[in-house]
Amino acid sequence: MIEWQWGLVWELAPRFVDATGKTLFAAGGGYGIAVVLGLVFLAMQRVPLPAVRVATREFVELIRSTPLLLQIFFVYYVGPQFGLILAPWTAGLIAIGVHYGAYLSEVYRGGIESVPKGQWEAARAINLPTVTAYRRIVLPQALPPAIAGMGNYLVGIFKDTPMLSVIGVAELMHTATTIGAESYRYLEPYTMVGAIFLAISLPAAFCVNAFEKWVRRKLGMAK
Amino acid sequence: MTEETGRYPLRLEGDGVPMVRFQKVTKRYGPLVVLDELDLDVAPGEMVTIIGPSGSGKTTVLRMLMTLETIDGGVIYVDGEPLTHMVRNQGLVPANSAHTRRMRSKIGMCFQHFNLFPHMTALGNCMEGPVQVLKLSRKEAEERSMELLEMVGMADKRDEHPSRLSGGQQQRVAIARALAMRPRIMLFDEVTSALDPEVISEVTSVIRRLVSTHNLTMLMVTHQMGFAREISDRVCFFFNGSIEEQGPPAELFEAPGRERTRQFLNAVLEAN
Ligand SMILES: Nc1ncnc2c1ncn2[C@@H]1O[C@H](COP(=O)(O)OP(=O)(O)OP(=O)(O)O)[C@@H](O)[C@H]1O
Ligand SMILES: [Mg+2]
Repeated sequence: MIEWQWGLVWELAPRFVDATGKTLFAAGGGYGIAVVLGLVFLAMQRVPLPAVRVATREFVELIRSTPLLLQIFFVYYVGPQFGLILAPWTAGLIAIGVHYGAYLSEVYRGGIESVPKGQWEAARAINLPTVTAYRRIVLPQALPPAIAGMGNYLVGIFKDTPMLSVIGVAELMHTATTIGAESYRYLEPYTMVGAIFLAISLPAAFCVNAFEKWVRRKLGMAK
Repeated sequence: MTEETGRYPLRLEGDGVPMVRFQKVTKRYGPLVVLDELDLDVAPGEMVTIIGPSGSGKTTVLRMLMTLETIDGGVIYVDGEPLTHMVRNQGLVPANSAHTRRMRSKIGMCFQHFNLFPHMTALGNCMEGPVQVLKLSRKEAEERSMELLEMVGMADKRDEHPSRLSGGQQQRVAIARALAMRPRIMLFDEVTSALDPEVISEVTSVIRRLVSTHNLTMLMVTHQMGFAREISDRVCFFFNGSIEEQGPPAELFEAPGRERTRQFLNAVLEAN
């Protein structure tokens, strides 16, 4: 029977603090890219050029139907064969940003489609130009329903950062594995990783919920 | 389209140009013909009410005039100019968005379900068009909007969001919002149908006031025969996408000339 060693936990703590910072950076950076790319994918599916719309649609579908791990490998290992040599961090952020960008574009789309048709018609009836109708009428109403989905993917991206360990990004999972290889102790390191993920995911989900309510209130759309 | 519209005038001129003219207007949804070569003129300042059974195309008439629907045949003229088309090389071609926006500024519409912007206050709803489209200063837009909110009896609710207003109150704000754009034509599509009976008169009295004090041209779809009879200059009975019968309200309601009109009026009377 293997015994839990508190001494080891304290000894490893500094390395995990450092790795937690890197994990948060990977999740935050990846999410930042995804939020923007999601908007780009959305806009490209709404331009008046059918070829661009179809190509974007197919690309988003492709990303959504293949595993993130494969996409990370593709960017990191296949890229160099076409002369695209990227550091693990860069490759990882691009892969995770594009992957979640595809999902977020669907969240945005859902938000926009949840705005009743009558809102578009009222905007038309007071002669608002299309861009103004999006900016002033549709997007503000698409936001609250999109926040829940956006929050889920924020937590999701955080939980997917361990996949970056496979290309050598020194986040939590990678750190725990390295420690295991050095010391032959696996129980404490992996348990600590689990505890850290739990300690961050749960409050994050709670905050997202609170934020959605706050936005609804701000917009005067409290249910 | 150009050839097909060759027999339509490029603009309407001379005495008695109607404010609205539907000329052989056709609207289809797939195989379903909703409006069948409809002809309808509305004179400046006239109040025309459209009645008829469900699915007869009443809403479609208003929506086409508001340019919320495309047109499959014919031409609609507003104030003498084509609305659905524009003049190019001595012929009519389908309107582009600049032409549509210019013409649309003459028309305002109120909907059965109000369609107020839920994230804006009553005042914000009214100011949106004047600020964003007419480019008025916020101060001017607010003055104009407050005047109209006053007129519809909603000035004291200026800072409320729609979710905190009753249906009748929301519809009155919606009327103020449409009027804030100073349209020449107002369209009302069953604006009292979604209201509780006791608040219907809040809205009808506003419309009554508009008829007596503004020189607006109005088209109204309603199932309230009493109200239609009282305020319309003319009533059109729609059946299957065309006008089965039309005339002054006294005539049409007292002595309908067509069997279908009689049947419809009897059915409505029984239902009430
Ligand atoms: N977007 C659409 N797609 C397909 N069919 C439609 C569409 N909009 C309307 N229709 C059909 O067109 C016909 C006329 O509709 P319209 O809404 O003008 O009727 P209406 O006279 O206003 O009826 P009601 O009294 O029920 O409001 C109906 O048969 C309706 O089902
Ligand atoms: Mg209707």
